[in-house]
Amino acid sequence: MTPEKNNKTIDTILLIIFVAFLLGINIFLFSGKYLHFDTQGVGIVVAAFLTLAMYSFLYKDNPLFKIAEHIFVGIGMGMGVVLTWLQVIKPLLYKPLIRHAIFDNTPGTPDYILIVPMILGIFMFARLYGKTSWLSRWSFAFIVGGGAGIGIPVIINSLILKQLEPSLQPIFVDWVVTWQSINILLILVGTISVLIYFFFSLPHKGTIGGISRIGIWFLMISFGATFGYTVMGRMSLIIQRIQFLLTDWLHIIK
Amino acid sequence: MIKRQIPLVIAFIVGVMFIIQFFVPHKVSQDALTYVNQWSIIIGGISILLGIYSLIHFHFISIRRGRPGWGFSVVLFGCFGLAVLVGFLPSIVLWFKPVQQGAEPGVWLGFIPLKPGVEEGSPLFWLFLNLISPFMATMFSLIGFFIASAAFRAFRARSIEATLLLIAAVIIMLGQIPLGQMIWQGIPDIMMDWILKVPNTAAKRAITFGITLGSIAFSLRIIFGIERAYLGGGKD
Repeated sequence: MTPEKNNKTIDTILLIIFVAFLLGINIFLFSGKYLHFDTQGVGIVVAAFLTLAMYSFLYKDNPLFKIAEHIFVGIGMGMGVVLTWLQVIKPLLYKPLIRHAIFDNTPGTPDYILIVPMILGIFMFARLYGKTSWLSRWSFAFIVGGGAGIGIPVIINSLILKQLEPSLQPIFVDWVVTWQSINILLILVGTISVLIYFFFSLPHKGTIGGISRIGIWFLMISFGATFGYTVMGRMSLIIQRIQFLLTDWLHIIK
Repeated sequence: MIKRQIPLVIAFIVGVMFIIQFFVPHKVSQDALTYVNQWSIIIGGISILLGIYSLIHFHFISIRRGRPGWGFSVVLFGCFGLAVLVGFLPSIVLWFKPVQQGAEPGVWLGFIPLKPGVEEGSPLFWLFLNLISPFMATMFSLIGFFIASAAFRAFRARSIEATLLLIAAVIIMLGQIPLGQMIWQGIPDIMMDWILKVPNTAAKRAITFGITLGSIAFSLRIIFGIERAYLGGGKD
């Protein structure tokens, strides 16, 4: 038997054991009245299956993980369709415009100007047909141009001016050095040195090189802090999932 | 011209209009912004359907050609159909059996609540709570294992930079757990707080400035038609 075939056999055996284990545990949980056969109970079993299927990736990429992955994409896609209809198309296009065209006795007057975004939206589908694909550019131009136009003043206001304001505070008040004045100075030095580090129009040698080195130190501390936060965030998620398995599903922890 | 120039004109007019709109705090200007924002939401909504169509098309071809793993595409279609059915079921049932104004829609077949949309207690909310939410939480927690292994490589104090990274990360991690407080109360209260408020703020602020200036330059390039990547390639 080739090693590849051998691995496949081991994987199949593990898959069967996993499914049998899952079935056995759930039969025990339902028959022992630990879980009730209702929407909540079935929901917990489904969530537990998905959690374990996802963690099976720690062993290696396997069919169980792929099934979970495709379930997620399928459900996500379906929810996308439903939500797009319920939250976008129905209230913004169907009710104010399309319904008037379909049913004669619809109250109110149709909002004809909505024909423009409807056509631009339909133009998006022109991308699927070679000869008319250029029509989709009109829709993209509207979205991209609008996004750029809205973005410029908003980001200048919120990300430059609002950020500059606390960066340009007086360092010393009445020439008294306090812990706060040291911090303000450090933030100013840090911001400028990091900006110089990202300024590639000058060679990073001599004074510029020295300042950019300080910038790297600030960046490293910031990256370390972000890393620490991310690790702890993920750890709390792992704890939450294990708690779910042991408490809500298996009822080992009361 | 119609194929290449008109999109550039549209991007220019819409872009400039929105920049001017920001500086005109008049009701007409505000209403125009609300209205065009609504247009963007409609176009965005329809484009989501385009994305979903592309995904369906890809998986349909997979099944038809019997590509390796086509069975997973069948699972995907099954779940897609289930979500669509579950999402629209309350609306369809209520269409045929309308309830009186103000009355509770009740339960269908003894276990399907007739609440439409994703409001709490609706069938679609059940799917979100028991499929999407655990999947996402597990996926993100799974990354925790790989981050932990990456930490062993990143946290080797071989230079000043790596040492600073290590110290900052250790302090932040200790600051968030009871062990850190047990060692010294100053770890969360003084050290973690200082790292987040001073060096972290300085670096993040500089990065924000950089990103913002880049975004402005890019947006201006789009509005003035210098950046044309969104038009796509091809001869047309």
